[in-house]
Formats: sequence, C-alpha cells, structure tokens
Amino acid sequence: MDIKDLVVVKLKEKFPKYNFETSEFRNELTVKLDKKNIVKVCKFLKENEELDFRLCEDVTAIDWAKRTDRFTVVYHIFSLKNNFRLRLKADVDESDCSIETVTSVWKSANWAEREAYDMYGIKFKGHPDLRRMYMPEEFEYHPLRKDFPLMGIPGSLPLPKKN
Amino acid sequence: MGLEAKLKNDGFLATTVDALVGWSRKNSVWPMPMGISCCAIEMMASGDPKYDIARFGSEVMRFTPRQCDLMIVAGTVTYKMSHVVKKIYDQMPDPKWVIAMGACTSSGGMYRSYSVVQGIDQFLPVDIYLAGCPPRPENLLNALIQIQDKIKRSKAREFQDIPLPELPVLQNN
Repeated sequence: MDIKDLVVVKLKEKFPKYNFETSEFRNELTVKLDKKNIVKVCKFLKENEELDFRLCEDVTAIDWAKRTDRFTVVYHIFSLKNNFRLRLKADVDESDCSIETVTSVWKSANWAEREAYDMYGIKFKGHPDLRRMYMPEEFEYHPLRKDFPLMGIPGSLPLPKKN
Repeated sequence: MGLEAKLKNDGFLATTVDALVGWSRKNSVWPMPMGISCCAIEMMASGDPKYDIARFGSEVMRFTPRQCDLMIVAGTVTYKMSHVVKKIYDQMPDPKWVIAMGACTSSGGMYRSYSVVQGIDQFLPVDIYLAGCPPRPENLLNALIQIQDKIKRSKAREFQDIPLPELPVLQNN
C-alpha cells in the first residue's frame, strides 16, 4: 500500500470517532484534525512501527485575521523509514488561544513551539519552558499577527540612551 | 622614512603636540570588530593579505573593547542587539570613533521592519557611514583612511581623561 493511503487508513482504524479531513497538494498529504486530539494522534504517528514519524521538522502557525477560527497550527513531521513528509493542521480560535504541546512526543518541538508562541501568541499548554524565542521578554505584542504593524509599535522596544 | 632623515640632519625636530599626538593616533587605530552579520565577512577580508588593513596600522583587531579606539559596527543591529552594542561602546576608552559599516547599520537597509534599528545613529555617535551591502574591503579601507584624516585634524586637548563607567555585572539567566 502506498504510504499516503496507509497513513489515512491507519489513522481511521486507530481513531474511528475522530474527524480527519485529508487533502493533497503537489503529492504532499495534509491531515486536518481537531485540536484536542493532537497529542494522541502525534503519539500514534510516532510510535506506530509502520508509520514511524520520528522527526518533527517544524511547528508553526497561520493567522487568517478575520476567520472564525483565527489561527491554524501547522506541524511538519517526517518519517525516515518511509521517506515521507506529513503535514498536520489544527485550528485554534482567538477566544481560547491555546493547544496542547507535543513536546512530550518530540523534544524538537520545544523551540518551534516557543517561536510560534512568540510570533502568534498561541499558548502551548504543558510546555516545559514557554518563554519568548526571539523578542525580548518584556515585549507585549506578537509580531507575526496580521494586526501588528510592519514597523512595530513606537516605544514598545526600548533603545539605549544616547549620551 | 621622513622622520629618520630629519633627525639625521638636525638631531631634533620642532612640532606641535597636537600634530605629534594626532600623527601617532592616526597610525595606530585599533579597531573593535563588532561583527554582527554578513558585513563582518568583508571586514575579515580586509584583514587578509590581499587587502591588508595592516598597511594602515589597524591590524590589531582587539576583542576586548577596553583596548580599542574605533568600533566597526558591521551588520544588522536589532533592537535586542542594540543594548549589547551600546554596552561595548561604553567600555571603550576615550577618544573613540565609530564606523557604521553597510546599509543596515547606517539606515536599517533592506530590513524595514519592527525588529531592526533604522540606523545606529539613534543611539551611537557615528563618524563614517559606509555605503554598500556589504561594502567591499577597499571601501572599508577608504572609510578607515577618512577616519585617519579626521583623527589627524583633531586636537589632543579635545579629549579629556574620561573614566570608564562602572557597569553592573549581570548574570545571564
């Protein structure tokens, strides 16, 4: 069986009650799922011997600005065994701007989640060290949100005094 | 050399303190290589045998600011980095000069963005703005020569013996 079909079949077999939306673009498979299932599904994808998605390449987010579910958290995971890259997506709304962390599954998600938190303000529940990745600790905004101005907010980042 | 020839004839020379101090300062500018990004590669190239910054007496790149006269800020200065640059500048003893090397350092360059300082002259006194992205080593040497001209013209008495500020010791946590 082709690995693309295998992923979908295995997921539906293991989690018959969960809602998976699959789509394909340029030979790449995307699976969209509910945000409350993310850790269970990731754990299964990693620990299943046939699928074996050992590598978490990136965790990032998309800001849709005016959509009801404002953010989409995107996971890129890779199976060395099958030489196959899978994209997982989960919608997060601004009213409850949080999602479970997948650091318990892949340790490499640690910094990627910190970056997504820094840039979009999505809280990763249960993250061991959820500090800002790039911006200074005392910075109050999230720069990659669509409502953040390109040149920043004057005075939000202090400069040293000129003497 | 001119100096030895002069001494051979007369055994002494008459000059002003300003001229003598200026002359010696000009030919021993020790740079602080504040290499932050790609401009630093061109700064390193200017130290190699092909361009050879040693011809102008500036080969001693010191990695401690307390022994430097000239800070070459080479690279994109972000708001987060600006505090580090300023702290290093403050530790340099007077007299001191600053070259803003490259487009990013001089004006923010192509990074018209929330995180990049749009020109380091917002927090440092800059002597030379050096164009280029990144500038060629020749261009950096040209800036150094212009700094030397400026040093030569300066008066020794313009610089007081200003003590270096005591900086708080901070642990990085």
